[in-house]
Amino acid sequence: MIQGLFHYEFLQNAFLTGILIGIIAPLLGVFIVVRRLSLIADALSHVTLTGIAASLLLERSVAPLTGLNPIYMGMVFSVGGSLFIEKLREVYKSYQELAIPIIMSGGIGLGVIFISLANGFNTDLFSYLFGSVSAVSRTDLYVILAISIVVIMIIRLLYKELFILSFDEEYAKASGIAAKSIHFIFIVMVALVIAASMRIVGVLLVSSLMTLPVAASIRIAKGFKQTIFYSILFGEISVLGGLIISYYADFAPGGTIVMLAVLILVITILIRKMMAKNYSLKEEMSGERS
Amino acid sequence: MTSIIEIKHLSYRYDKDTVLENINLSIAEGSFLAIVGPNGSGKSTLLKLILGLLKLQKGEIHLFGQEIRRFKDWQRIGYVSQKANSFNTDFPATVFEVVASGLTKRIGMFNRFTKEHEARVLDALEAVDMAQFKNRNIGELSGGQQQRVFIARALVSEPQVLILDEPTVGVDAENVNAFYQMLDYLNKSKGITLMLVTHDIGTISDKVSHVACLNKRLHFHGDSKEFEQLRMEDMSNAYGHDVQLLTHHHEYGGR
Repeated sequence: MIQGLFHYEFLQNAFLTGILIGIIAPLLGVFIVVRRLSLIADALSHVTLTGIAASLLLERSVAPLTGLNPIYMGMVFSVGGSLFIEKLREVYKSYQELAIPIIMSGGIGLGVIFISLANGFNTDLFSYLFGSVSAVSRTDLYVILAISIVVIMIIRLLYKELFILSFDEEYAKASGIAAKSIHFIFIVMVALVIAASMRIVGVLLVSSLMTLPVAASIRIAKGFKQTIFYSILFGEISVLGGLIISYYADFAPGGTIVMLAVLILVITILIRKMMAKNYSLKEEMSGERS
Repeated sequence: MTSIIEIKHLSYRYDKDTVLENINLSIAEGSFLAIVGPNGSGKSTLLKLILGLLKLQKGEIHLFGQEIRRFKDWQRIGYVSQKANSFNTDFPATVFEVVASGLTKRIGMFNRFTKEHEARVLDALEAVDMAQFKNRNIGELSGGQQQRVFIARALVSEPQVLILDEPTVGVDAENVNAFYQMLDYLNKSKGITLMLVTHDIGTISDKVSHVACLNKRLHFHGDSKEFEQLRMEDMSNAYGHDVQLLTHHHEYGGR
């Protein structure tokens, strides 16, 4: 495989893209999970698929558009969907989660129409559903690299603000932080990262890279920075481990990556349980009770 | 003594319900004022008006000698809301990180946290006697300890007044005394003017310097010792019926 990495461009593309996604998806995922927005990632990934279906359809019917990378249209739809979700959350103030199924079903509905107009599923579309390592092009890699740099820079610059908004939105607003603009920037970043990640893990599994590593991390981390660190670590282990295993075992890479993430999650839950048991044992022995 | 908060002829109504009527109140620098009153007496409305979260309808509020509508220096006023008790307790943040977030506005967007800020956070934790817990996750602490952390978060931007909304809700009975001792320390040693709102009239008067009894109108405002003597009559007025009060020293029977 190491040799393959030197020889085959598609393997290089897949690995480098995987490394980048292993960083940015869990990084944004931490903020998504603690704000209880986990399902937004799912809704947006489906909207991204709609964009990709639209792009494939256009490619067929409008000749000059052949060769346009569908990922761009996916991003446009994803960002558009994220803005709709924000608007809907304002409309349904006390049913904020309602925005997610509305956008999700709207997206799928439109996507299915596009797919049928384009004469049904082809292999290309299939690779977006479940991810495909061999489908990652150099252009994809560069687009994802650019997105990663922008996302990491923005998170560095707005870290304090994003933290306080996630922890205590009311306090953040009361202390005069530009909550609305920051939330807007954040949701656009989420949309971009989702569109970028679906090349590897696919539409159906993209949200798992944003939530599973974080779910594992918050079981064992102390503090927010450590939560981010472990989330990225677990994300990287899942992506790289998943790619290597799928290469040798000839599994679907997207599924392998997600199953590794699930495995890590189960292990951290068990570790936490054991830690809690040890702790209560120690307490019993020293006769302390809290 | 100069007054830090000055309220004159303040009235407020939600639609047709008058919740505050002709309130006159001044809070002197260095004092420790408790505003007591039953549920629905307008306590929270009064706080929100002082904090600028509600718009003034009638009357005046002056903060540090300045008319509230022109007041900009909100960092001089620290606020610990009642809601501090209802945050997501599983949130993965350490005590240090929570307190540091109180500096967000002060540090300003795009700027980063420095050693000097770190020292401030530690000072604030020291002041509420929580420094030893700085690396614990906030969710692992008891209600009283969490409340101290939220006070530290308000203290970290070095306010001159600290306004607390029902701070002892969620603090277990045995720790309430220690909690008031800490407030006393902030008031006497750090010179921070304190104002707290509570419906817990039983234990308050020997902990604070001034008391104001509120139920739509201000029924009493003055020294806490005076209050101790007057409180029977006044309390029954405020609550609108006979009350039974228990204190540490004596047991009062209802009249």
